[in-house]
Amino acid sequence: MTPEVRGLPLVAQAEGVARGTWKSRDLVEAYLDRIARLDKRIGAFLLVDAEGARRAADSIDRKVAAGEAVGPLGGVPVGLKDIFVTRGIETTAGSKILKGFIPPYESTATARLAAAGAVRLGKLNMDEFAMGSSNENSAFFPVHNPWDLGRVPGGSSGGAAAAVAASLCAGTLGTDTGGSIRQPAALCGVVGIKPTYGRVSRYGVIAFASSLDHPGPFGRTVEDAAALLEVVAGHDPMDSTSIPQPAGRYRAASKTGIAGMRLGVPKEYFQAGMDPEVEAAVRAALDELGRAGATLLPVSLPHTEYAIATYYLICTAGASSNLARYDGVRYGHRTAEAHSLEELYGKTRGEGFGAEPKRRIVLGTYVLRAGYYEAYYGKALRVRRLIANDFAAAFAEVDALVAPVSPTPAFKLGERLSDPLQMYLGDIYTVAPPLAGVPALSQCCGFTKSGLPIGLQTIGPALGEEAVFRVAGAYEARTDWHRRLPEDPA
Amino acid sequence: MPRINPQEVREIATLARLRLADDEVLRLTHELDGILGYIATVQAVDTADVEPMTHAVPFDCPTRGDEVGQSLALDEALANAPRRRESSFEVPRIVPGTGGG
Repeated sequence: MTPEVRGLPLVAQAEGVARGTWKSRDLVEAYLDRIARLDKRIGAFLLVDAEGARRAADSIDRKVAAGEAVGPLGGVPVGLKDIFVTRGIETTAGSKILKGFIPPYESTATARLAAAGAVRLGKLNMDEFAMGSSNENSAFFPVHNPWDLGRVPGGSSGGAAAAVAASLCAGTLGTDTGGSIRQPAALCGVVGIKPTYGRVSRYGVIAFASSLDHPGPFGRTVEDAAALLEVVAGHDPMDSTSIPQPAGRYRAASKTGIAGMRLGVPKEYFQAGMDPEVEAAVRAALDELGRAGATLLPVSLPHTEYAIATYYLICTAGASSNLARYDGVRYGHRTAEAHSLEELYGKTRGEGFGAEPKRRIVLGTYVLRAGYYEAYYGKALRVRRLIANDFAAAFAEVDALVAPVSPTPAFKLGERLSDPLQMYLGDIYTVAPPLAGVPALSQCCGFTKSGLPIGLQTIGPALGEEAVFRVAGAYEARTDWHRRLPEDPA
Repeated sequence: MPRINPQEVREIATLARLRLADDEVLRLTHELDGILGYIATVQAVDTADVEPMTHAVPFDCPTRGDEVGQSLALDEALANAPRRRESSFEVPRIVPGTGGG
């Protein structure tokens, strides 16, 4: 039986394969067919590994036929942001400087997906080195939002969000440093969670800003995202910042309900400049959570106005350090002709990096420079603590916070490209949770009159993913937004 | 008064081993001037008694046991090298006038 995979939740696919209703190979072929027909217009995939996916699917199908266990994600086709290194499969981080790089090892998160039976369809488009909020900084081609092909999918995990929205795979992995999972999830109308810092291993995740980089999943439903997170979360000795605690029971939490929960509404997250349709949808979602049995309370996160400045100081400093490794010597692009090592480095990097990494390398080098360090980077580390303290104080009063994700719905391709500061300011509601390291989830809570998705963000205390999934699951159970699908592009 | 000028951008790019074309220097100078003006807002925050926060989650950076583990085979480690010579990554001459190259 050929499955109709458009809109089909990942959890249902895994159950279908395990029961023998569908073959994993049939799911893979259905998605490969959709990718071949539709992805020319969307641009979500940088690489499709059709043969590898078929081999993996056939192996799962043989196990099912033999009555063997195939893992919680057995046979489910998934896509990976091209920031996860994959052994033997080209990995570029969306950059020309890594074009042709074939990693000799595998990231922990993707290895765990494979061990759970998931089948890798390919590598997904992204802003170069995860730097961007629109996916227009991909060195290869932009991603188009499946809900309106003239608009951005968000970024930097734009391919990972668009692929789920357009049913080009069952679920995906992305990364979030300042909003790169939650903002594209909001703009594409899917579920994305940035877990607690250290919950998912960074081993084999190409580094942008190490103290802020959070891998996490995208799914069509809250339970899909929970199922993926249960597999990839957990301690990893290969990452020294990995939290030594096992993954929680997120799927169960998503069905627990929220009766008696106390939810905080941060007043700083409802500021002038928010699109009125976004504000109306988010406020309506808060009312729905109240009807589901939660108590809503006003709270304050007083250092919110400094979050974007703090974030860009810390992330550019991290970027300038992490991107120093791309030197044309060991892997990746190397300039054609250089007569000294200095010239080799300078030309290789000048040719290989796009405009946004260059901007962040120069800014990061500037703020770390002797004489400026205390005024900029040192100051930002102190303000970061105040921002984290704001969250800690709020979570002494409430179980979770509920807020918007992006102040606007998806904007038009090209609209913010010429003004990087304007692009950065769109991150106002997403940059603080990674600074504090706390988990935060984005899900769809409505649509604009023109049919663009709007995101609701639930933020929990550190290691409080269960609280986040309770809220998100309860909201989803009472609403139908997650069932709405974009039309396939002609 | 501008916060940053093209000469400073060139100096920083040299520190970062990043060769920029003249038009890139001018564009970056203009963009960074705006961004630096914005991020300077953190300087208004009173942080007199605040400890810097380098990581979101406290951790003690454990070291693993000093045991020989599995490492990449030489050919695997060198497989992505743009230029390789025998068991080494090949680079241009580092010390001037020492022959070789």
